[in-house]
Amino acid sequence: MIHATAAQMAHALSAGEITSVTLTEQHLDRISQVDDEVHAFLHIDREGALEQAATIDAKRSAGEKLSPLAGVPLALKDVMTQKGIPTTCGSKMLEGWRPPYDSTVVTKLKSAGIVILGKTNMDEFAMGSSTENSAYGPTHNPWDLSRIPGGSGGGSAAALASFQAPLAIGTDTGGSIRQPAAVTGTVGVKPTYGGVSRYGLVAFSSSLDQAGPCARTVLDAALLHEAIAGYDPKDSTSINAPVPQVVAAAKKLDIKGLKIGVVKELSGAGYQQGVREKFEESLEELVKAGAEIVEVSCPNFDYALAAYYLIAPSECSSNLARFDSMRYGIRVGDDGNRGAEEVMNLTREVGFGREVKRRIILGTYALSSGYYDAYYGSAQKVRTLISRDFESAFTKADVLVSPTAPTTAFKIGEKSDDPLAMYLNDIATIPVNMAGIGGMSLPCGLAPEDGLPVGFQIMSPAMKDDLMYQVGGVLEAALLEKWGQPLLASSPSFGAI
Amino acid sequence: MALNFDQALEKYEPTLGLEVHVELNTHSKMFCGCATEFGAEPNTQTCPVCLGLPGALPAVNGKAIESTILIGLALNCSIAPYSRFARKNYFYPDMPKNFQTSQYDEPICINGYLDVEIDTEEGKKTFRVEIERVHMEEDTGKSLHVGGSTGRIHGAEYSLLDYNRAGIPLVEIVTKMIPGTDKYAPQVARAYVTELRDILRSLGVSDVKMEQGSLRCDANVSLSPRGSGILGTRSETKNVNSLRSVERAIFGEIERQATRLESGERIIQETRHFLEESGLTRAGRSKEQAEDYRYFPEPDLVPVTPSAEWVEELRATLPEKPSTRRKRLQEAWAVPDKEMTSLINAELLDVVEETVNLGADPSKARSWWLGEISRLANEKDVSATSLVTASQVAEIIALISSGELTDKLARQVVEGVVNGEGTPREVIDARGLKVVSDDSALMAAIESAIAAQPDTAERVRGGNIPAAGALIGAVMKATGGQADAAKVRELLLKHLGQA
Amino acid sequence: MAAISREEVANLARLARIEMTDVELDHLATEMDVILGAVARVQEVAGAEVPPTSHPLPLTNVFRADVVTPSLTPEEALSGAPAKADQRFKVPQILGDAE
Ligand SMILES: [Mg+2]
Ligand SMILES: [Zn+2]
Repeated sequence: MIHATAAQMAHALSAGEITSVTLTEQHLDRISQVDDEVHAFLHIDREGALEQAATIDAKRSAGEKLSPLAGVPLALKDVMTQKGIPTTCGSKMLEGWRPPYDSTVVTKLKSAGIVILGKTNMDEFAMGSSTENSAYGPTHNPWDLSRIPGGSGGGSAAALASFQAPLAIGTDTGGSIRQPAAVTGTVGVKPTYGGVSRYGLVAFSSSLDQAGPCARTVLDAALLHEAIAGYDPKDSTSINAPVPQVVAAAKKLDIKGLKIGVVKELSGAGYQQGVREKFEESLEELVKAGAEIVEVSCPNFDYALAAYYLIAPSECSSNLARFDSMRYGIRVGDDGNRGAEEVMNLTREVGFGREVKRRIILGTYALSSGYYDAYYGSAQKVRTLISRDFESAFTKADVLVSPTAPTTAFKIGEKSDDPLAMYLNDIATIPVNMAGIGGMSLPCGLAPEDGLPVGFQIMSPAMKDDLMYQVGGVLEAALLEKWGQPLLASSPSFGAI
Repeated sequence: MALNFDQALEKYEPTLGLEVHVELNTHSKMFCGCATEFGAEPNTQTCPVCLGLPGALPAVNGKAIESTILIGLALNCSIAPYSRFARKNYFYPDMPKNFQTSQYDEPICINGYLDVEIDTEEGKKTFRVEIERVHMEEDTGKSLHVGGSTGRIHGAEYSLLDYNRAGIPLVEIVTKMIPGTDKYAPQVARAYVTELRDILRSLGVSDVKMEQGSLRCDANVSLSPRGSGILGTRSETKNVNSLRSVERAIFGEIERQATRLESGERIIQETRHFLEESGLTRAGRSKEQAEDYRYFPEPDLVPVTPSAEWVEELRATLPEKPSTRRKRLQEAWAVPDKEMTSLINAELLDVVEETVNLGADPSKARSWWLGEISRLANEKDVSATSLVTASQVAEIIALISSGELTDKLARQVVEGVVNGEGTPREVIDARGLKVVSDDSALMAAIESAIAAQPDTAERVRGGNIPAAGALIGAVMKATGGQADAAKVRELLLKHLGQA
Repeated sequence: MAAISREEVANLARLARIEMTDVELDHLATEMDVILGAVARVQEVAGAEVPPTSHPLPLTNVFRADVVTPSLTPEEALSGAPAKADQRFKVPQILGDAE
């Protein structure tokens, strides 16, 4: 039943219609059939997954009370540590590294009985928007294998879109959950910063990184959201407050009277025609469902991309300093004559890819004395202005919306030589990370000009993640009714449902 | 031409700056729950956080913050209502993340001072050492350099790293420039570190063991030509790991810098290492380009904003200042300055106070600790307090006062306790060290003495009391010193009709 | 105008401990020029009155209790080490001094 939703699988499992072992085997079979082409996974933990599935089945037959998603398989982005399982972050630097500890997200997944199939491909250390920056080769978009699946979490999104897993974990620093979701026709949610523990998430940019659920439906994402969210004393930046009731919100299917703000700065020029069309059509559906559409302006969003490309590289230049070949990871050039410093330099030359080096150098520059105020300091001020824009917009609207990405999936290799063109992919997703609020992307149709999925982004105020699920649930239901089938059913190669 | 200290001081005025790093004695590390035991097996007190494993995050030890605020308060600092951790970025293999989580422009405590008193030619003089800041950071791991000359970095073939120490909470206490110490610079520095150590100990926040590295001092020295008002380039001497070394390092650095300046060379701003054996410093590897630490606020941690109530609660728990306490004890015990200094230098003040608190007479307690016990400690090259406890000494002193032991016997008891023969009582029993107080046994000895010296006895009978000394001596000798001389005297005089 | 020279990039690479060939340095200097040209606009908007935001949520005073929790075993701690000896991480000779 690989084409079912996670909620349906969970239902079948609890009704005794299928065992977790069978469900897991079906997914493992699917992986062996299609992943040579898609390359969503970097590591498959066949034995571990089946063992975990068998444990859940045993508990279920013993009559134990299980979590809602117990026994449902999931794909884990390779940026999350899982004890004993290779964790590379898509980098050569960590080739062969098996962490001696579980990330908090993995601990929660395990205790919820969710079966971890393996680790998914990503741009190296989550830096990229196409998954082309993986040291282990690119992931292909299941809608068109010659195209990118978005990034950095292209592996997780592609795994969902090719029915290799019903659920996946992503991380989103500037759009790495939402933009892949948009271009693969799946659902991806970046929770409020601090809503999900970052402990065990290999840091790219600590003040922006946030793990979140990836799924094929809004409800599935909500179920996974509740499984992984919550306060963690190991993450000092996590929120010590109850998790928003996102499952209930996703099921509410009512947005009458809700005000939905269209962000003026996140549409128009630079956005593909078909993307704009599908976005407009979705707004109509929301109006039909009883919401009020208002236009809001967030003038400082124009500076968000520039600020992001100073803050994220600055933090990454420090976060990635630990990869020095002394304690873990690869070591290059240790011939017995070279000193530690030289070996570090050589290891980092070989271990990091071009984009990672580019950002480390950029961040080193932005933090260095004499430039700090002009670059890092100014970028942090822009961050304040962006938060203020959001605050004022949220006085006019309950949630804000925009297209998730300016374009549909582009061809592999098309933008790899132009960092600035590549960075533009995240223009609509970055403000959310800058302000630490919640953001969701869900599929809103196929662009007529290329037949590729378009993402609809919903942004909710910090700690009100339930609002975006509420709106997402309504829009998803309206579109499903309009289309008569899920969008993925029309995916040419892997969509046959 | 090499200048000696006095010559150096004739021409130059020194300015000091002292940076003290103190390891806090919390149970767990600064940012993780690993234990902080000194001397544990390598890499047994490490976890993803203190090893800097990918994905690990720090979580601040609240006790360490509390200790730092206490230190700040004891040093008369203002406690910042808002402070933050920052990352200090530089690469070094003993530092797992290749950045140190420290504080930069927003430290917890700022603007304090510590008054220290030293002996000068004009008598006691107080110097005020101003404190610039007290901030929190974390310690690094330890490296062992293998091959080449053992333990040295240079010529080593490889290094072995143990991260047990990595992440132990460290408090850095930085003084402002200390001008005007003149020739007393070495003494002021020593007095400052000593006073600081005593304060930290009284607060109970650190083990302050310089020899184990839980208190480490970096000494900055610069010279300016006398009267010029121009501050010279400073050097920073590390590795100074005893109080005496603090004094020696500054002494030596003043001589070295003056000699260089005299021969027309300039002082390089550099890190130097103190060499314990020679008292000299050697240059660290000079960095061809300056480091740029690229400090920025630590995004994994949130600001520390101690409330005024919390700070006042902590202030209320501050113990008596060590200098105040010393004055109070000196008065209460009526100790001369010189002996007080000896007690302090010998680090026996605490144990003497404890002994007194257990009922011992202050002067007796002092003389036992400073005398016999210190002598034994010197012989064995250990600390006096490691030999006997205050309660054992108090017990022995009590036995002397009650007449159960003589001083001479008591010395044997101490020796027995030190040799591990048990408690004072056990030593007394085992060695049979009882004062002979049995009157009949003493009377027998007295009668023998009188019989042996009839003329002396006659003189005593005739009223020449001092003559009794010879008879008492004979009795003491006969009883092997185990008799109470006063008792012998009393019995003897009575027997000769003089009591 | 080039915002950044090859020598500056070389110094940044040194600070970041990344070995780079002359060709890489030239290439990166050119790219950095373009990127810095694009991101420098952050200086245009925010005046001195705007406070910086380093953290998205206004949390303060998050402390843990001073309680010892289990460490990794030394085997686990050293499990990823490229080289080890005597229960320690074995690394090439360390030249230069600690801070
Ligand atoms: Mg320091
Ligand atoms: Zn630890």
